[in-house]
This record gives sequence, structure tokens and C-alpha cells, in this order.
Amino acid sequence: MSSTNGRPTNAVNTDSQIARSGGDVVCDAILEAGVDVVFGMPGGASLPFYDALYRYQDRLRHVLIRHEQAAGFAANGYARATGKVGVATSTSGPGATNLVTCMANDMMDSVGVVYITGQVARPAIGSDAFQETDITGISIPVTKHSYLVLDVDDLPRVMKEAFYIASSGRPGPVHVDIPKDVFVDTTTCAAPQSLDLRGYITPMAGDEELVARAAEVINAADRPIIMAGHGIDISGAAEQLFALATRGNIPVVSTLHGVGTFPETHPLSFGMLGMHGLAYANFAMGKTDCIIGLGTRFDDRAVGKVDEFGPDAKVVHIDVDPAEIGKVLATDVPIVGDLKMTLERLLPLIKHHDRKAWFSQLDAWRGQHRSLDIPESPESVLPQEVVRAIYEVSGGDARVIADVGQNQMWAAQHFWYEKPRMFFSAGGLGPMGYALPAAMGVKLADDRRDVWCVTGDGGLLINIQEFNTLAAEGINLKVAILNNAHLGMIRQWQEFFYEGRYMGAYLDNPDFAAVANAFGLHGVGATTREEMHSAIEMAHAHDGPVVLDLHVDQVENVYPMIVPGTGVASVIEDPR
Amino acid sequence: MSEPQVHTLVATVQDHPGVLTRVASLFRRRGFNIASLAVGHSEEPGYSRMTIAVEGSADEVSQCEKQLNKLIEVDSVRNLTGTAAITCELALVKVRVGASDRPALDKVTCNYRGEIVDVSESSMIVQMTGDQDKVDRFLDVISEYPIEEISRTGAIAMARESTHRRNG
Repeated sequence: MSSTNGRPTNAVNTDSQIARSGGDVVCDAILEAGVDVVFGMPGGASLPFYDALYRYQDRLRHVLIRHEQAAGFAANGYARATGKVGVATSTSGPGATNLVTCMANDMMDSVGVVYITGQVARPAIGSDAFQETDITGISIPVTKHSYLVLDVDDLPRVMKEAFYIASSGRPGPVHVDIPKDVFVDTTTCAAPQSLDLRGYITPMAGDEELVARAAEVINAADRPIIMAGHGIDISGAAEQLFALATRGNIPVVSTLHGVGTFPETHPLSFGMLGMHGLAYANFAMGKTDCIIGLGTRFDDRAVGKVDEFGPDAKVVHIDVDPAEIGKVLATDVPIVGDLKMTLERLLPLIKHHDRKAWFSQLDAWRGQHRSLDIPESPESVLPQEVVRAIYEVSGGDARVIADVGQNQMWAAQHFWYEKPRMFFSAGGLGPMGYALPAAMGVKLADDRRDVWCVTGDGGLLINIQEFNTLAAEGINLKVAILNNAHLGMIRQWQEFFYEGRYMGAYLDNPDFAAVANAFGLHGVGATTREEMHSAIEMAHAHDGPVVLDLHVDQVENVYPMIVPGTGVASVIEDPR
Repeated sequence: MSEPQVHTLVATVQDHPGVLTRVASLFRRRGFNIASLAVGHSEEPGYSRMTIAVEGSADEVSQCEKQLNKLIEVDSVRNLTGTAAITCELALVKVRVGASDRPALDKVTCNYRGEIVDVSESSMIVQMTGDQDKVDRFLDVISEYPIEEISRTGAIAMARESTHRRNG
């Protein structure tokens, strides 16, 4: 159990004269962080907080979700769309445990979310009271930091720290557990002007000598490649990435979360790498002599077999988290620092090289291995066509939130993302059910662009109750269900690796359009290609939430695929 | 990759009830192998010092240090392995001895600069301090007596040279 007692700082007791309740302190801190939406569901232990939310409703919007997990995912979407911190709240016990998946998801994907959970009143803690659970004990391994606040005087400082820790350095989830009576207690303490977090390092530009060494290695490389990760997005370094690639004439591949950090229609873009990355992106990683890893943790789904990933390459790795450097790949030039600041320092040292042989090889691969060609399918609509249709109807200027599984890979592959923060999915933890609530968060954070939730039928069913939130809040989402009546990735793996022994892969689905209509949404089904196109055009034009139940080929597989444990040489490409 | 060995990490951490849980959770979930862990107050109010003996290759232990450093309540971590450092642990040993064997055990204890801290009719408790080797050797030497109970603290460690606090 964590506690805020006995902290050796002068952090609290800046007298603000005005007595505020714990609940008000939390609301003030949320507003001070520039956050204007809280996703949550009330319960006994958080009722006093909801009383504060009632008082603050003119300034702070509360969105009532229908399952706490949706609150966490919505806050994740809100955070990723804005670069601010998301806020989710629940009561104690079951409400809080329902948030644990979301915390783990934020932790894996480095997303800053502050979780406010109610706890039973202090005198009841440890007594197995109704809806009591040791949630801070549970959340330790899946949060960047956590607090159990036992004294309201600590709360202003804790809340300020929570937002700072969630958003700074490598962002991540911060959990603040607040007993019911602490929400009620009043305090005259204000948050300290400056936080005293000794040992918590604020990221700076990378070491000058190492940056110079990185430039030498990059300039000397014949076959360099940039691997752009989520860190580009988090650090706001897309401009610097573009400058590095174009100045140095260096090709760029991206990780799943790096998609869109470099414009995908640019000739230097070679798309997404990894297990379902483009064949030529992966071939490039096999032959490069210099990997420039930017804000990436070299995840196993991106890297595959480590021995065959740039076996002849020098590795330059820039990341804000020292623990990621050298964790997976032996690194020649390890640079810890903020990406934007570090790239600013690196850029003037980068020289332009033709690298003719390298580009002719890359372009030859790109010409021969047409990973993004969609095969003919007279009998059925292919899911890839749906993603392509959304791309075309939106002119590429929509945000796409994908779920987990086949739909996620198709959504990443078949839409060309030109800007950062346009494509979101849950990459590290891979929780199905992410897309619908996350897309709600994205849309509420920024209404300027169309938001498409691209989900499989299986993932949708995990949080389908959020149709109710969509309808009640009037959130203008376009939900495209790639309905293949299967847990598609499970079906694909059972086909490839279990000789077609399908177990637990088939889904006996409801009529999703009818379900959507019953929730008061505009639901439309489509089985033919023409129906699919007109449904997507209708959704694009319609002002309000739309759910499209798009029946697609039931046995379409995601290609290319690199079988786990093998290298890029053994990539399985579309046999058609 | 280097051979696995026991590394001694010394961490300065905030003196909160939750810190030990966080450190233990980190070691467990990342599969780091704790040989021993000792924690107590440091020279600075509000901060504790942890000595953690962790087994692993240099790469694994380096990863362990970095992960420890990421905990918000950890102020600094130092790996004292291969540096000039004093390490010390304490053992209490309850030995079943009658009056006739007492002088001999007393002598061995004295030779090892230990202390008899309790004597009862049928047993004695010996307190032994020193580095792990010394305590091991002492236990080896007295193994001829019937040993009823051993309790060891795990090592605490300190670098020899005067050092400024390292932030991270």
C-alpha cells in the first residue's frame, strides 16, 4: 500500500486561505491541467467527488460511460488526440478493478492518463468493507506511479504531481486512490509552486558528444534507415523527423504507433514494419547498415527475430527512457533524451548523400512486393477495401481508431496517414474493445475532424454497451464494423499454425445495425460492394453517430505475415 | 553477455510504506533475482537506504538499475560491485550446547569477533557480523554443534570513498 504520509518535502501547506473539499481540489487540478472532460461512472465511495463534479459541471464535462473500462480507453483516446492528460474515474472495488486493463494499456503504450478512484472511508480501510479492494496494491505493476491519499492536505500536491508525472518524460498512467471521507474533508492547502520530485529526471537534449557520434555513423552509412516510433508523436518531433529524413536522404519505416509521424505518401516512406508490416519495410531492416531508432522500444512485434533484424547494422537509438536503450538490441550509439530537442541538435550535423544503390534496391523491393495491392474478390467484399473506401471518402483527413486484431492491421496498412495523431490503436497490451470508447475520447477531444472507429465484430462486442454513451452524448462517431463473423486473427492463426482446427473463433453475431438502431443510433448493414460504398458515403455525409455493419469476407487473412520467431526472409506474402 | 554474478546495488529511496512493495513488485515482474534485501533509515530524514544483492549478468543488472531508477520514489541507485566497498551482514545463531561445550564455542566466537548475546540452560545465541564470507565461514566452523536456528539479515553495503549524492 502506498501512502503520502511522511514525505520529506516542503510541498504542502502553502496556505491558500480558501477551504476546499477534497473533491473540489481534484476538479481544480483537472482544470489546471487544461483537461475539460472526465470519463467515468459513480459509485458509493466516489459520490462526494460526483458532488464536486456537480458543482463544476459548467467548466468540467463529465461523460458517463457504461462500463469503467470504457472510461479508461476514452481517456486514453482523449490523451492521444490532444497530447494532454486524460482523466478517468470510478468508484472503489469493482469500479476500480475494471480500470486495471486500461492502466496496463496506457503503461504499455506510454499514454498519460490520471485515474481517480474512490476508496472506502479511512476508518473502514482494511476491514473488508463493502466494495473495498486494495486497488493501489493491484495497480502498482501497471502504473507509472500511484497514490493512496490519506490526508486531504496532501491532495493538492498529489494531484499536481499526478498530472506532471503522467505527462512528462515517458508518459504513463498515474493512479490516485481517494477515500470517500478525504473527498469530503476540507483543506486550505494549495499545490506547491514547484514540485520536488528528487530523482525524477526531466528529459533534456541528448548528450552532445553522442549526438556528434550519431551523426558520424549516420553520415557514413550506405544503407541507413529511420525507424520512427511513438516517441516522435509524444515529443512532437514530426517536423524534426521530416527534416532528418529529407536532409540526410534517409528512408523511413514506422512502428504501429509511429504510423503517420512521417507522411506515408512521401517517396522516402517505406511504410510500417513488423509482423504485419509491408514486405519491403522488413526487407529493408534485414539489409540496412544503420538503424536509426527514434522513440521506439524495439517491440517484438516490430522486430521479429532479433538476430535477423539489421544483423549488419550499427544501431543509433534515441529514446527518453534509459531502460529502453540496449534492452532489445545491442546499441552502438545510445542517446537518452527528448527526441525533439535531440533531433534539433543532430540535424545541423547531417549530410545529404545520394545512396543510389540503396534506394534502387528499396524501390525494386517496393515494385516487386506490392504489399498494399488489394486482390480481386468477386464473391465478397474484402476488409481492406473498406479501409480504402474510408480513406477515399475522407480524403485521408479523418482520424482512424482501430481495435485489436486483423482490423487493426488493415487499418494501419490500407490508409495513408500523412500527419501524426491520426491513427490510434492499442499496440502493446492489445486489448480488444479499445476502439469504440477510445474513438469517443478522440472525438470529444477534437471535433474538427471526422473520427472513424474501425473495429472487428469481436472487439466491438467487448464494449458494445458504449453505443448507449454515443447516443446519450450525441458523439458524432462513424463506426465501421469489419464483420467477418470470426475472431479473425484467431481464425488466421488456427488456419496457419493449428492446421485449421478452429476453436473459439466463430462468432454467432447479432444484427449489429438493428442493435445500433435499438440504442438510438443510425445503424446500416451492407453485404455487397455497392452497399458498402454507399454506406460509407452516407456515414461521411451524415451529421451524427453512424454504425455500419459491413459484412466482409469471412476468411480473409492479413498479409504479409512474418511468422513469430522467424526473420524477414521467411515473410508470407499474399498468395493471390 | 557476461557471466551471472551477485551484484550489490545501493538505492536511496523515499521513506514511504509503499516503497518496498514497489521495489519487490518490480523485481518480481521483470524476473530479477534478489539474493538479499536490507533496508533501513539513512542519514537523511525521510529517506531510506536499500541494499539489494541481485544475481544476474552485467546487462541484466544494468537493466535492473535502470528500471529501479524509473520508480518515482527511488532517488538514486548505485552498483557497488567491482568498486571499493564495505559490505556487512549480521547473523544470529542459536546453538544447542550444554555447559561442557560452552567454553569451546565461546572461543570460536571470540576468534571470529562475534558475541554471545544470550545464554540459557541448554543453548546460546551468537551474534556474528561481517561480510558474507566471514559469516559463512563462521557458520561452517560451528556446524559441528547442533544448530537450532539461524537468522541472517542480508548484506548492507557502502562505498569506501566519500561521495556526493548522485541524482539518478
